[in-house]
Amino acid sequence: MATRAEPARLAQPRTFSQRLVGMLTRSPVHIVLIAIAALWLVPTVGLAVTSFRPRSDILSNGWWHVFSSHLTLENYSQVLHSNGMGHAFVNSLWITIPSTILPLTLGALAAYAFAWTRFPFRDTTFLIIIALMVVPVQTAFVPLLKLFREHGHLNNEFYGIWLAHTAFGLPLAIFLFRNFFITLPKDLIEAARMDGASEFGVFRRIVIPLSVPSLASFAIFQFLWVWNDLLMSLIFVSDPSKRPMPVKITELLSTYGSEYHLLSAAAFLLMIVPLIVFFALQRYFVQGLLAGSVKS
Amino acid sequence: MPVPQPKRRFGRSRDGSLRERIEGILFALPAIIVLALFVVYPAYYTIRLAFYRSDFLFGFTGWVGFDNFKDLLTNSPDFLDLSHFPPEGALINNVKWILIYVTFCLVLGLALAVLAGGVRYERAVKSVIFVPMAISATAVGVIWLLVYSPDPNIGTLNAVVHGLGGDPVSWLGKPNTVNYAIIFAYVWASTGFAMVVLSAALKGIPTEILEAARVDGATEWNIFRRIMLPMLSLPLSIVSVWLFINVIKVFDIIYVMTSGGPGTSSRVIAYTMFTETFNGHPGRGAAVAVIMLLLMLPVMVLNVKRFRSERVVA
Repeated sequence: MATRAEPARLAQPRTFSQRLVGMLTRSPVHIVLIAIAALWLVPTVGLAVTSFRPRSDILSNGWWHVFSSHLTLENYSQVLHSNGMGHAFVNSLWITIPSTILPLTLGALAAYAFAWTRFPFRDTTFLIIIALMVVPVQTAFVPLLKLFREHGHLNNEFYGIWLAHTAFGLPLAIFLFRNFFITLPKDLIEAARMDGASEFGVFRRIVIPLSVPSLASFAIFQFLWVWNDLLMSLIFVSDPSKRPMPVKITELLSTYGSEYHLLSAAAFLLMIVPLIVFFALQRYFVQGLLAGSVKS
Repeated sequence: MPVPQPKRRFGRSRDGSLRERIEGILFALPAIIVLALFVVYPAYYTIRLAFYRSDFLFGFTGWVGFDNFKDLLTNSPDFLDLSHFPPEGALINNVKWILIYVTFCLVLGLALAVLAGGVRYERAVKSVIFVPMAISATAVGVIWLLVYSPDPNIGTLNAVVHGLGGDPVSWLGKPNTVNYAIIFAYVWASTGFAMVVLSAALKGIPTEILEAARVDGATEWNIFRRIMLPMLSLPLSIVSVWLFINVIKVFDIIYVMTSGGPGTSSRVIAYTMFTETFNGHPGRGAAVAVIMLLLMLPVMVLNVKRFRSERVVA
């Protein structure tokens, strides 16, 4: 160990002058990094500032004059109440929560079967499910819409979008959960079975409690996926009073064009939930997004 | 306690008692039914529809063979226009997307992963770059509409251009800038993903190897070029595939920022699929969906292959 630590210590600058040289040679790195980070922040800060400025100020000068303008919540109260973003926020929740819970539940059940039981064509079925992960949603638009329209007008309720999101979230859920479940200790599951636990008992009392990180990663990924989705809602939510926030924003865009006081407040409302999730659950959030990277 | 592990931990799928089989099937059945009804059957329907004429009711009104594909590829300048150079159309826009979006995300992501790796404020920098990943493409669209606004009193970019003495540019209003403007907005949103994956992979490279190279007098560039890059080939391929998938399905940000305009100059395949389907040509829309499915096919094969090889190793 001692010999291996030696080169690392050699690489460290020791005297003041050496440290100064090190800092100077690294300063381009710091400048580049800080410049890029600043550049990355500007668009979001611009939107945030704009959303708090009165319409007259936005029209007279740019958001970077933030310190010479008074800030207000007027834009938010207007989009929330007069433009229906408050209602759309509730719709977004109504769409997103079941669209997360359904694939989570059905996916975990199926993944248990693929990981811990044996039945005919199990492995073939699983390979097909892996293949389904990258089927583009576009292949389902026409047939699903036709199906929903002709059988109970599901597209006029939330059922249609729930089913669509569940179906296209399931392959990823099954894939992730199955891969996690098989890493659980076999002895534990065998012992529970020996003790007379039913398969559902093993699933509920052993597999699920031990798989919380994996379940949470998927839940966060799916929640954000559905919350942020525009395309599926455009197609599968036909009733205007049930439209979620992203669709509402495109309506604001086509009605008001470049009324940035309304648009910026609306966009910020749409961002607020993902931002909270990001800062509160950063670890699961990153894991969830990484896990979702195999999906289309 | 070295318990010898059997090669296949879970036995062959056709083994198992009758009770186990029935229970396994019952657990998997709800998911399989949902997938069969709402993913597999629709895909079959859409592939079939691609060979038919159709209408607003989405029925099969007449067999046309490959005419929908022929129409798209030879007779729809909005989709593919090879009549002059450089070629234009939605398909060509996707090529632009692949070349620019994938390259920039990879290069920027890799550079940030390497540069941020050593600094004390690494977490802060990474958070700033990664946060846009959380934001809806709809919100990203609005954010960048504001940046690109032609009015230098509103648009950040034109304020800079104006400040430097240039004339404001309508970035989203001109066919020759619109695609690049949207692509860069999306690069802004996706670079964080590339950075996080590559950074995690970099952390996995044993420091002994890097130290040994430094002791032997290798320059930082050579360490990056000859050690880091080869060791990053798998994560780089994973990120590239992810970015490729993103390009094939990109829709929301274009719908928000330009609705495919001006004219049809910022359309991409996913956009053409949407407009053809809901403007009375579901057959042609289905043909576009089939083209998208074909473009995804290599990724599908890769995923399945990767999974099977992992299982052989395990």
